[in-house]
Amino acid sequence: MSIKKINVISRNPDQYLRETKRDIHKVQRNYDPDLHPFEAAREYKLALNAVKLEKVFAKPFIGSLTHTEEVSAISRHPSRLSCIFTGTVDGEVLLWNIATQKRQWQVQGHNGKVWCIVGAPDGNSFFTVGNDKTIKRWSLEDSDLPTDTWLCDTIVTSLTHHRYRQEFVTCGQRVLLWDVGTKAPKTSYDWTTTGDRSDTTTTCVKFSPVQADVFASGDHSNNLVLYDTRAREVKKLKMSMRINSLAWNPMEAFILTAASEDYNVYSFDIRNFDNKGRVVCVHEGHTSAVTDIDYAPTGREFCTASFDKSVRIFRTTEAHSRDVYHGKRMFRVNCVLWSTDNKYILSGSSDHNVRIWKAQASEKMGILAPREKSAKNYNEELKNKFGHFPELRRINHHRHLPKHIYNAKKEHRAIKDAQARKEANRRIHSRPGAVPFIPFQQRSVVGLQDEIPSTSGFSPNQSGGVGGGDEDDEEEDDM
Amino acid sequence: MGKFNKMGRGGGSSSNSHWNQQQQQHKFKSKGMKPERYSNVKCEVKDGVMVTEYTLSRKQLKRFPGRKVVDPKLLQKYSKGEGVQQKIYGRKNSILRHKMKKKEEKIHQAEEEAARTETLLTESSGLLEAEEGTYTAHITQKDIRKAVDITTAAKGFDLQLPFGPYKMRFTPNGRHLVLGGRKGHLAAFDWVTKKLHTEINVMESIHDVCWLHTEQMMAAAQKEWVYIYDNQGTELHCLKKLDRVLKLEFLPYHFLLCSSSESGFLSWLDVTLGKEVIQFPTRKGRIEIMCQNPYNAVLCCGHAKGTVTMWTPNKKEAVMTVLCHPRPVKAIDVDPSGRYMATTGLDRMVKIWDSRNMGEQLHSYLLPHGAMNVKFSQKNLLAVSLGNVVEVFKDVITGGASKSYMTHKADGIVTDMQFCPYEDILGISTYKGYSSLIIPGAGEPNFDALEANPYISLSGRREAEVKAVLTKVPSNLITLDPFTIGQVDVPTLQEKVDAKAKLIHVKKPEIDFTPRYRMKGKSGSAQKFKRKQKVKVDQQREYLKAAKEQREALLSDTTDSKTKQDDKPSEVLDRFKPKKKAQKKN
Repeated sequence: MSIKKINVISRNPDQYLRETKRDIHKVQRNYDPDLHPFEAAREYKLALNAVKLEKVFAKPFIGSLTHTEEVSAISRHPSRLSCIFTGTVDGEVLLWNIATQKRQWQVQGHNGKVWCIVGAPDGNSFFTVGNDKTIKRWSLEDSDLPTDTWLCDTIVTSLTHHRYRQEFVTCGQRVLLWDVGTKAPKTSYDWTTTGDRSDTTTTCVKFSPVQADVFASGDHSNNLVLYDTRAREVKKLKMSMRINSLAWNPMEAFILTAASEDYNVYSFDIRNFDNKGRVVCVHEGHTSAVTDIDYAPTGREFCTASFDKSVRIFRTTEAHSRDVYHGKRMFRVNCVLWSTDNKYILSGSSDHNVRIWKAQASEKMGILAPREKSAKNYNEELKNKFGHFPELRRINHHRHLPKHIYNAKKEHRAIKDAQARKEANRRIHSRPGAVPFIPFQQRSVVGLQDEIPSTSGFSPNQSGGVGGGDEDDEEEDDM
Repeated sequence: MGKFNKMGRGGGSSSNSHWNQQQQQHKFKSKGMKPERYSNVKCEVKDGVMVTEYTLSRKQLKRFPGRKVVDPKLLQKYSKGEGVQQKIYGRKNSILRHKMKKKEEKIHQAEEEAARTETLLTESSGLLEAEEGTYTAHITQKDIRKAVDITTAAKGFDLQLPFGPYKMRFTPNGRHLVLGGRKGHLAAFDWVTKKLHTEINVMESIHDVCWLHTEQMMAAAQKEWVYIYDNQGTELHCLKKLDRVLKLEFLPYHFLLCSSSESGFLSWLDVTLGKEVIQFPTRKGRIEIMCQNPYNAVLCCGHAKGTVTMWTPNKKEAVMTVLCHPRPVKAIDVDPSGRYMATTGLDRMVKIWDSRNMGEQLHSYLLPHGAMNVKFSQKNLLAVSLGNVVEVFKDVITGGASKSYMTHKADGIVTDMQFCPYEDILGISTYKGYSSLIIPGAGEPNFDALEANPYISLSGRREAEVKAVLTKVPSNLITLDPFTIGQVDVPTLQEKVDAKAKLIHVKKPEIDFTPRYRMKGKSGSAQKFKRKQKVKVDQQREYLKAAKEQREALLSDTTDSKTKQDDKPSEVLDRFKPKKKAQKKN
């Protein structure tokens, strides 16, 4: 025998097989790259599967809360995560439990439309504003009578409460600052500007949650005004179309986002309000006026409600929507709310319903097992890694749209192209520099109060605000 | 951190403030004490008090040294590439740089963690050493079977089978074996437990056999067509699209059954759909020698002219052709990592090539005869068969294989052989049967259960099958470099040339113009046609004019250099030179 030393692979099966049937299977790993070929191609395939599965599971609709009338206002409960307040056009104010989808409390709050509901920062009361020129404060204890009532001489369209001080601001014919303890407004912010009708109505007002003394308003004469309660008005910006709703980014205090009548949503940087960089992003996608907007508590995303019967979700940094929610029976959406736990979106529409949607359409509800969680994270990472591949992009970006949105989108595309072509032609055939290039983001902004030429009557076409889709927007104005 | 007072290090359990206090105290008070553990002692007199400071060396300071540093060589094995150089993003784009940096860090961490798992591997690789003065090649299978334990000895066995010559194939997990005899004998069995799955005679010649993705199905290339049988020997499919096949290969990650035929056709068949991906003629004659490269799923074929060609289903031409031998190629094999290729030819040479850089051979060895079979093992042993002799070489890749590692004389001419994955076994099939030889050090001792598990259970196999089908790699991703999918798409020279040629040779655009209807006799068909023709010709001319300008601009830089050469000062006698023909213009 000339063998000095011999060693042959001889495995003991007991080390590789489970002992009993109740055990889990043993899995030996060897991360040697040679044993794992086609790493990139297999990952790509997994990413493709992940994107497809996301589409398969994209079922965002959870349920609806049925009302007896068109829903006009929606608000968070000041202290409970699972509850919301809704208001209808015939003056009812309702408290709903989202988890059970049951109504908990109901009161005939106003004669006529409930314009706005706002939770008070003390956590046990809330304010409502109605078409009957009253502001009411309700206690959260089950009483059907308001604890406080303020009478106004004109209709109040919106209300916003200071983050921590006992003050609130209302708007309507005038923008008024109230103290909770007194029955008369503390300050009135009247600022009739040149060219504006003095009876212009302010439609929305919103306190900043971070810079607590700053608030903004939008009115019927297309102004976006910034105020500071410590001083007077700060800035007044003229837009080419009316602003319907405002929201402050809860994480980046300087970002103010406005839902506009011209189908777009504008994000402003209030630090740069004076110069051309004030519009940070124009969020496009809706095919009719945008009626309401609400930020996610993370400040990364916001959702918008629109007259085109859809709700869209935008990322703050992206110009086009991440997702669009629509329903067969959903009509014009009046108000929208992003839940505080960042999981749900609620939309109140004129078909007497508040719909509950998932914020992430394909998210699995309920508690995830650890393996599910890691699989989800892995899939997310794969989508990040390979998401830009054409095959994946196509699947990921595809959204089924109802016919009216699809057609309107196509039409707007054609209109925009035609306008761009016309402008280019005009530029070719005129003196160099006579038709300047205006960046898209600056087109729908007419200018600051000081910048506006005082003689003009603010027709958007005169002031160089020939923005994309502006002309046809005006036709839709009275929708 | 390196500078501490003597007592500073002692206060491990005391609170932080106490620690500081001690430190301060001893900064002024410790005199004359000089423990030897501390190097760098510094003494000075301050305010009449001698102060001694000790500086700790870094080594002593580390009470918790952290995890063991991974061997850089090991890291190299698990390396995922160089990574991105962050400089190219410029200093301004700091967010992108930060992101890239984080990503790189993650990748490095993954590499390191993978390298650390090496210590958890339980099994060790096989080895064989001979007494001094003798060679391992002199050790016979008989000796080895005597020396090893009883279960391993049972793995070396011989089968006398009458229907030879035989072809054979192991499953990827090395557990099952299929044998196909030329005279129609088809047998599948678990060769470890010697449990027979099926044994039939297909009553036709069998040219090659191949497992599909599990041991449940196998393909046999018979006289006319390829048949698929299941574990019980039931004929599942007859693939008439694959006719007169000589060699079969299965690409496990793509689920493609590849075949090469007598008429020189290559075909790829998707077994999940039963559909042919592509079939085309190679125009190289009968293809008897074919193997797959497990690294990139490219098929390598050997030809009688001494060339080796590589084929993917995405191109009807060979993606690579290499002249390997001056005589016909007889066998090819690519090692499981896909780095090396071995070819043998009738010129009695075995050549080792770098399969990713096929320009030059790494090593070549001269054999006494031309080898008819060549196979790599997982640990890069190389087996070659010369008639009825099998020789196994070690270190062929490093060039140190002057003598054979092991030899074996079979009782018939060896027709096929394969190293069993994850075992130290070489299976050889001959004219007279099959035998499995124990070759210590051939197989990878540690398998990865999620890729190939010899001990897989029934439910495990079912689950693995579903997962494998879900991650079936699309056949259009088969390229020479399998990482193309994750890389930046840089246009090749050919693509650039094509793009340029496209600019040069433009086609007239088709103009779709319907003339408007006009009153007063102007819309007769002749008038209409004239108007249409005019618009058409005008537009086409304009287009061609623009194209011509573009082309001239493109060609100007190339022609400039030519004209310069022609602008030599003409001499008197030049007139007698033969006249140049007028150059054709594009």
